[in-house]
Amino acid sequence: MATARPAVQDRARPLDVSTRLGNWLRRIPPAAWGVGFLLLILPAFANDFILVQVFGWSLILGMIALSLMFLAGYGGMVSLVQMTVAGCAGYMLAIFGTSAIASISLGWPWWLAVLTAILIATLFGTLSGALAVRTAGIYTIMITLAIAAAFFYFTRQNYTIFNGFSGFNGVRPPVVLGVDWRQPTPFYYLTLVCAALSYAAVLYVSRSPFGLALQGTRDNPRRMAALGFNVTAHRIAAYTFASVFAAVAGILLVWLNSQISPGTAGIGPVIDVLVIAVVGGLGSPIGPFIGAIIYVVLRTFALDALVAVGLDGARFQLLIGLGFLAIVFFSPDGVLGLWERARNRWRHRQDVMRIGEETR
Amino acid sequence: MLLLWLVFAIWPESFEDAFGRKKIFLNALLNGITLGALYFLVASGFTLIFGLMRNVNLAHGSLYLLGGYIGFEIAEWTGSWLFSFVVAFVAVALVGIVLQYVVFRRMEGQELRQTLVTIGISIVLADLMLWTWGGDFYQILTPEWLSGPVETFFVTAIRSSGEPVYLTYPFVRLLILLASLILGIGMWLVLGRTRIGVLIRAGVDDRDMLAASGVRIQLVFLGVFAFGAGLAGMAGVVGGTFQSLAPGEDIRFLLASLVVVIVGGMGSIPGAALGAVLIGLAEQFGSVYVPTYAVVFTFLIMVLVLAFRPQGLLSNR
Repeated sequence: MATARPAVQDRARPLDVSTRLGNWLRRIPPAAWGVGFLLLILPAFANDFILVQVFGWSLILGMIALSLMFLAGYGGMVSLVQMTVAGCAGYMLAIFGTSAIASISLGWPWWLAVLTAILIATLFGTLSGALAVRTAGIYTIMITLAIAAAFFYFTRQNYTIFNGFSGFNGVRPPVVLGVDWRQPTPFYYLTLVCAALSYAAVLYVSRSPFGLALQGTRDNPRRMAALGFNVTAHRIAAYTFASVFAAVAGILLVWLNSQISPGTAGIGPVIDVLVIAVVGGLGSPIGPFIGAIIYVVLRTFALDALVAVGLDGARFQLLIGLGFLAIVFFSPDGVLGLWERARNRWRHRQDVMRIGEETR
Repeated sequence: MLLLWLVFAIWPESFEDAFGRKKIFLNALLNGITLGALYFLVASGFTLIFGLMRNVNLAHGSLYLLGGYIGFEIAEWTGSWLFSFVVAFVAVALVGIVLQYVVFRRMEGQELRQTLVTIGISIVLADLMLWTWGGDFYQILTPEWLSGPVETFFVTAIRSSGEPVYLTYPFVRLLILLASLILGIGMWLVLGRTRIGVLIRAGVDDRDMLAASGVRIQLVFLGVFAFGAGLAGMAGVVGGTFQSLAPGEDIRFLLASLVVVIVGGMGSIPGAALGAVLIGLAEQFGSVYVPTYAVVFTFLIMVLVLAFRPQGLLSNR
């Protein structure tokens, strides 16, 4: 339990709020300030397409991948069901809120529909988690993949609730406080705030007693159980927590596309989210967002790039697959790991050179 | 007992009103069992590979589809249906050997990484196959001597003139059922009675100990991977004959084998057989009697198994 000690000490030593905030702010690296500032002023110089289709989409995918990263990185459970949780939230929003399919949609006010959707999707994620944690390790992937596939086929076959193959269209963000959230800039800020909040939440929870206990169950479940921790409960709670922001991302995703269909949470996207999280790196919560940016940029521009070098643009999946293979082969901790190793090597070389000069 | 009665008795009229015609029921039953046979062919390789190497080969569905396409090409080219089985088996087994030798041997024991790599391979293979064969549906033609229905001895109804009506059923499906039965029993015998079987079972139980006692375990791994992959390729030819080949089928069969293996128990051949028949039946009966919820049926079986016997029905782990 050595890892849990810092958190306990923090609590034991009372600090007044301003020093704590100051300490907390000082811990943020300067690079993060830079990135945050850039993201904030992005609408000033990026066009609408970049704003929504590249950054908005990346942030949303990043949130879903973050939810996977939280479970995989801190809980040791690679759950493929997170995209399905997002899809479930999207469907619930379309069903309870308003959409172009008036015969099914209930037309509730937007806030009620959003809350209900998040609630139901979280419940769905929790139940899937409860099922998945009955087995461990590699089995989790298989079971969650099976759940995701079942959801996909079910939504495709069911017409009474999920409207089958075509799904729902015309699901639009509401006009609240005089702002039309459909417009690119407000929507971008909406996704940015949601993504930042979930990022902060993951950071916070990973350092909280719960997060530390979860990491304990990842490293040695038997010892944690012997220490009196309820391993199963921790794992299921992790699913619940991760499902909340996957659900929020799902709602944003529906608003972004203004439609949802079985393909939204099909097998392809489910695997894509895993690819994003792994390529970005499962070691840190920023990884999924980096992975998402790479994925979206590839997805948006690879077609043109492939055509430009004389290849068939339809070979996009091949590119993604090969890239993924390369990452898994050479850097199991993703792009982040690649970066860290390059930095370490550079520092090491600097050290060697300095020592070399000193001894001369 | 009830099942036997359902199969062999002539249904009273009131019963037919409630459940539909007996012919439909019998057809669903046979379709379910033959579909189960196909699932067994795919899933047994999957479970064998998993049981020995702890490698969840998520590219197994791609191997199935690849085998199907290869079989299709060979059947078109040579006109021999049986020969296409041989070629599909050998070709996909070779792919399996390459995978095991080049990829998985390098990351032994890293389960998650192996799984991720198989996902990457399945993405790449899927796109390569889409590139080569396009998005069309392919079907391998059944040879003359196999096509057409045969009369079975199941009585579906009695004509008003008093003579019984027998159920007719495609011969090729019955043959495939027979073939996978033989294969299943053969695998069971090999695993239980021969030296190779002893090696494989010992490897499943304790890999390190087997390696320490002087067995060249890499060779055993290679053999099992080749055989499992070859089975998937052969199953592709079977699937291409009585269903069709198209992009997306790889995922379908991967998921089917996942569910079959989860239900039956990881690494157990009898488990794969039981799971395959259960899932095949659930799918067929589901699609006949409750079309919209057929998937839920399959899923429900998986949930129930996970809830009460997480290690699978016939697992000894």
